[in-house]
Amino acid sequence: MQAFTTLVGLVAPIDRPNVDTDAIIPKQFLKSIHRRGFGQFLFDEWRYQDVGEPGQECAERPLVTDFVLNLPRYQSAEVLLARKNFGCGSSREHAVWALREYGFRCLIAPSFADIFFSNCGKNGVLAIQLPEETVDDLFARVFAHEGYQLSIDLAAQTLVQPDGEAMEFTIDPALKHRLLNGLDDIALTLQNSAAIKDYEAQRARQAPWLFS
Amino acid sequence: MTARTLYDKLWDDHLVQDTGDGNCLIYIDKHIIHEVTSPQAFEGLRLAGRQPWRLSANIAVPDHNVPTRDRAVIGDPVSKLQLQTLDKNVKHWRIPHIELHDERQGIVHVMGPEQGACLPGMTIVCGDSHTTTNGALGALAFGIGTSEVEHVLATQTLPLQKARNMLVKVNQRLAEHVSAKDLILHIIGKTGTAGGTGFVIEFAGDAITALSMEARMTLCNMAIEAGARSGMVAVDEKTIEYVKGRPFAPTGDLWEQAVACWRTLHSDPDARFDAVLEIDAADVAPAVTWGTSPEMVVPVTGVVPDPEKEADPVKREGMQQALAYMDLQPGTAITDIKVDKVFIGSCTNSRIEDLRAAAERVAGRKIAANITEALIVPGSGVVKKQAEQEGLDTLFLEAGFEWREPGCSMCLGMNEDRLNQGERCASTSNRNFEGRQGPGGRTHLVSPAMAAAAAVAGHFVDIREQG
Ligand code: SF4
Repeated sequence: MQAFTTLVGLVAPIDRPNVDTDAIIPKQFLKSIHRRGFGQFLFDEWRYQDVGEPGQECAERPLVTDFVLNLPRYQSAEVLLARKNFGCGSSREHAVWALREYGFRCLIAPSFADIFFSNCGKNGVLAIQLPEETVDDLFARVFAHEGYQLSIDLAAQTLVQPDGEAMEFTIDPALKHRLLNGLDDIALTLQNSAAIKDYEAQRARQAPWLFS
Repeated sequence: MTARTLYDKLWDDHLVQDTGDGNCLIYIDKHIIHEVTSPQAFEGLRLAGRQPWRLSANIAVPDHNVPTRDRAVIGDPVSKLQLQTLDKNVKHWRIPHIELHDERQGIVHVMGPEQGACLPGMTIVCGDSHTTTNGALGALAFGIGTSEVEHVLATQTLPLQKARNMLVKVNQRLAEHVSAKDLILHIIGKTGTAGGTGFVIEFAGDAITALSMEARMTLCNMAIEAGARSGMVAVDEKTIEYVKGRPFAPTGDLWEQAVACWRTLHSDPDARFDAVLEIDAADVAPAVTWGTSPEMVVPVTGVVPDPEKEADPVKREGMQQALAYMDLQPGTAITDIKVDKVFIGSCTNSRIEDLRAAAERVAGRKIAANITEALIVPGSGVVKKQAEQEGLDTLFLEAGFEWREPGCSMCLGMNEDRLNQGERCASTSNRNFEGRQGPGGRTHLVSPAMAAAAAVAGHFVDIREQG
């Protein structure tokens, strides 16, 4: 996994609550057996006028010109500002792969759906939860100022606005550690193989029907 | 010992390690695998040179992409490759699996309990959010992403933080013609789709005890639509009766031991919940969603709500967007909404009781002239066979429905079963998101009886008036 340390990135706003993973990456793209190739289909139904198909070239497809990610001012955005319950619905990790490949490395919202949040952490995407009023305020600033950027420092847990005003955010220390160092979860868990084996042995005595 | 909730007990029973900072390592008893969210996990395993930790803890079945018309023909080469990839992976690693042509094949969450692969007291995961369905057995069951699928394959554990406990207590009994689907939609209407975020929900109360096991599955299935990590119901005699004799269920002495353990799987009387929601079952009516989120729901007697009356500006805008997408006007009576298609199926409502409830509405009737397609997609080959033995297929076919092979089908339209641009569907599935059943398609979530009645009438009807 790629580490996340600091980022200075342009912010793009998705101004609606409950953005679901079907919207982030529609189902026809889930047929892929690879982890790549989803970025160009991110928000496919909102972004293009036609219906995308897996493997398609997207350069020639007609755009929905007023969709936020198609506006010139948000090109090459790396921070996505969203509303509550972002990433709800299906468990598809393809949603995070699509966001990441499109270029988003940091997401900010008042709340994220559980599975989506955990998928972010496994892919080096920093999902920051901020109070609803703070998010409201950020939306207002992003709309008001073209080229609005945030600088994010994970080690310091700060977001710095263009005017130099800094905000702190909270994050689970273990997740922070993994993101900062780009650690592989599975390798970390396998360091505890002995504990897993001990558990299994004890469980097999208590609940033998699970091991028959 | 302090009083514990059912979730506390299940958590404690599976705790491998507690690092003390809230991060725990939890053992996974059963991992269910399907074709869509597993290929990248198997690839990761291979690239890292790792082996599955415990083969017998897994079971795989194809469901999301499978054709429901003719099993022999998988027209879409991309779907076909995905199905072949699953087949190749499970055979390569020798993972227990059920093949497409096997009678036991079905939607992951229908197959698991039906085969006894999922049992009370287990931790159960699958790369699909509706894994919560299995919580009906008194298990801790939840959906995971593909990285976690790989993690479970490689370590049989997951690093997790404990969620908080929520109790949804449903008092009294559901009225006649009001189903578990209506109840869960009613609950989501109250909590909102984010109301359960960070929680595991235990459903309890007289109305829940009175539900059949299949109805409890419908309820727990949609706990994810309330935002919860998982949903569950305590073990009682119905649970034990349900599990008994299932192909993978324990037998003999092991059965006796298992049952003794399962009987302890309920919250202690004075267990503390972090949040409690009390519902009066008498307030629940047949429900119909009108928007693009399951929380956008009203009783069938209601009307499409007016965004102008919503004080919260973000919500108001969400409602306006939903109404525009759904092409509905505020104030329209739900029973005046005409539908084009009807879909009865999905892991929410494709079990035998669901098909019986639907069949009762169509027996001796015909689908309305404005219905262009009405599909019945049983949840598994076992359900299909049972329904055919009861003659339900004939009732459906005579009424003008199509009787299909099991799979996810139009719940998400990954195969060829889907809505076209602008089509409106009465669906027994669980998500009414934009484009869920096909790009530009409009979904109204309802119970099987309500969907069947809509097929006959051509529009939504209050089934209580039909008797
Ligand atoms: S039926 Fe629908 S919700 Fe259930 S597992 Fe299949 S796609 Fe997911």
